[in-house]
Amino acid sequence: MVTAAMDLTFSPADEEFRAEARAWLAAHVPRVPLPSLETAAGFAAHRAWEAELAADHWSVVSWPRRYGGRDAGLLGWLLFEEEYWAAGAPGRVGQNGIDLLAPTLLEHGTPEQCARVLPPMASGEVVWAQAWSEPEAGSDLASLTSRAVRADGGWLLGGQKTWSSRAAFADRAFGLFRSDPGAERPHQGLTYLMFDLRAPGVTVRPIGRLDGRPAFAELFLDEVFVPDEDVIGEPGQGWRIAMSTAGNERGLTLRSPGRFLAAARRLVGLWRARGCPEHARERVADAVIGARAYRLFTYAAASRFLAGGRLGPETSMNKVFWSELDLALHETALDLLGPEGEEADGAWSQGYVFALAGPVYAGTNEIQRDIIAERLLGLPKGRR
Amino acid sequence: MRFLPDAEQRAFTDSLGALLTAADTPAVVREWSRGEHARGRALWARLAKAGVFGLAVPREYGGAGRRPVELALAFLELGRHAVPGPLVETVAAALLLDAPPHAARFLPGLVAGEVPVTVAPPGGPALDGDAAALRLAPTPGGLCQATPGPVRASLDPARRLTPLVPDGAPLRTDPPYERALVWARLAVAAQALGVGLALLDRTVAYVGQRTQFGVPVGSFQAVKHRLADARTALEFARPLVLGAAISMRPADVAAAKLRACEAAYGTARTALHLHGAIGYTAEYDLSLWLTKARALRTAWGTPEECRELVLADALGEVNP
Repeated sequence: MVTAAMDLTFSPADEEFRAEARAWLAAHVPRVPLPSLETAAGFAAHRAWEAELAADHWSVVSWPRRYGGRDAGLLGWLLFEEEYWAAGAPGRVGQNGIDLLAPTLLEHGTPEQCARVLPPMASGEVVWAQAWSEPEAGSDLASLTSRAVRADGGWLLGGQKTWSSRAAFADRAFGLFRSDPGAERPHQGLTYLMFDLRAPGVTVRPIGRLDGRPAFAELFLDEVFVPDEDVIGEPGQGWRIAMSTAGNERGLTLRSPGRFLAAARRLVGLWRARGCPEHARERVADAVIGARAYRLFTYAAASRFLAGGRLGPETSMNKVFWSELDLALHETALDLLGPEGEEADGAWSQGYVFALAGPVYAGTNEIQRDIIAERLLGLPKGRR
Repeated sequence: MRFLPDAEQRAFTDSLGALLTAADTPAVVREWSRGEHARGRALWARLAKAGVFGLAVPREYGGAGRRPVELALAFLELGRHAVPGPLVETVAAALLLDAPPHAARFLPGLVAGEVPVTVAPPGGPALDGDAAALRLAPTPGGLCQATPGPVRASLDPARRLTPLVPDGAPLRTDPPYERALVWARLAVAAQALGVGLALLDRTVAYVGQRTQFGVPVGSFQAVKHRLADARTALEFARPLVLGAAISMRPADVAAAKLRACEAAYGTARTALHLHGAIGYTAEYDLSLWLTKARALRTAWGTPEECRELVLADALGEVNP
């Protein structure tokens, strides 16, 4: 007969790790929230927080110890994130690099690149921006036209990138460039490169997001030299390499369940503080359930991953789910706050502005739904 | 932490799925809806042999011990194949009857599928009272046996609603209603998830074949995105159901019940719409799942009741 071997409990070692994280966070999380990381002062404060995390190996717990991590693996990361967000710790200014570039480097980079790039990323000494989108290449990213032209000992970048998150204040950027304009198909002949945002030929023009804060920027590139050592993987293979990043981004590491569990708990607290009004009852309950569903879905995916499976197109469901959950949760909070919710500097309104972008970035939810329909459900391809 | 069905659980699910695929359940459902129970009973006997009715019953009475995870996995398959009958009620009855002397008297027959049982949920008619050999009704004095009144039609023709009239002295004066309700809710949640998955599968197949404007309608983005949303809702309900089966906390089960039933019902709406007029006919088998998705939403716990449990639990976890 069958046995109930499914298990949602954690080992004593996992629990010990969780307790250690909790204790460290209780002692270190700033009591007064840091200024918005989309301002110069806030960016600097968040960078200092990254250094404080890194000093005790808490900034990148899943990474190998030699690069600044704790070898805690995916499960350790999930537990850490639950504690991190429950503790009300600051947003992570290093997230683009840590969650998008680092997994790619660990998989496709050379040991030299990892040793050179990862430790200063872990400490916040170098903060990374992403350089994917272009004015004419958004959802159809493979139609990008920014160039990488062969030069002596490296490449010369030219063209324009946009919606580059964190670029207003960041140090370096990573992205895709067209190195072979004669390639037969749009996603061939692309190269994945890292470059310095302060290199000669780079112009950064910050863009104010909805609240006016420069959360992203345009990048104008004019013969920007990139040495060969900053090419990730083989030239021309950039699309394949970047998609392994995109799979990661949409998968488990961009938005951990811990964020939503903490936010749902805060929402319940807000609902109670406002006298448990009837109009929000259903939405508060649904936020609690949504956060729980996201957590369990993630643990199921992590279990498959730890059992040797790969994260596939099912991660597109994650992206749609968390981005909609995040928005619904913040909208409910603003409704509970009433006219007070209009004030831009509140934690909920800041979170709301951030959540508004969720359905668009990291592959729009329409692109994700196409992936779900075509690759998971097996429906025929059609016009977008 | 290993939140995946193990090899034995997968084998159990697969064999149950194979049994039900071979059973031509749509024909069984249609007969059951007319009050003809012979093939339904034969199917129940095969399910009993596969161990389905012993998953909420201790070993000493012929069961497998209480195994909520396997129960959830089994009910997912029962829902997927639209199996008719008082399935959930059998689970509730197993909990309510688990005390001497009734356990030894009734539970072995329940496990063997020989004594079909139904139980009226709080305040409602019982399901399939006409097909049950043992009918249980909660009364202020305790759990009583009951005689069935005339069958009332359900929106789901396979669910035959039967008011019960309590009969005689209570079997038990203080049965574990709350516990039975949690188990029944888990079973409905899993069943609804299976119903939703079946509706999705059938609709994906249909829109892949049906052509208009010279192409399969499933190649249109408006169609794809509705199905993608249905898949997402169902796949996020699944871990809630399995997680609830592991914890068996009332609030977790309520959350699973709510979300699985909403996902199944949302999928039913999508399935109906994407099939066009053919989906709106009783003759087309899709109707067997469409109507069940609606009925399960309010069976053994309305969305409102489930949300209340979730909120009470969540408020308890937040420091004032």
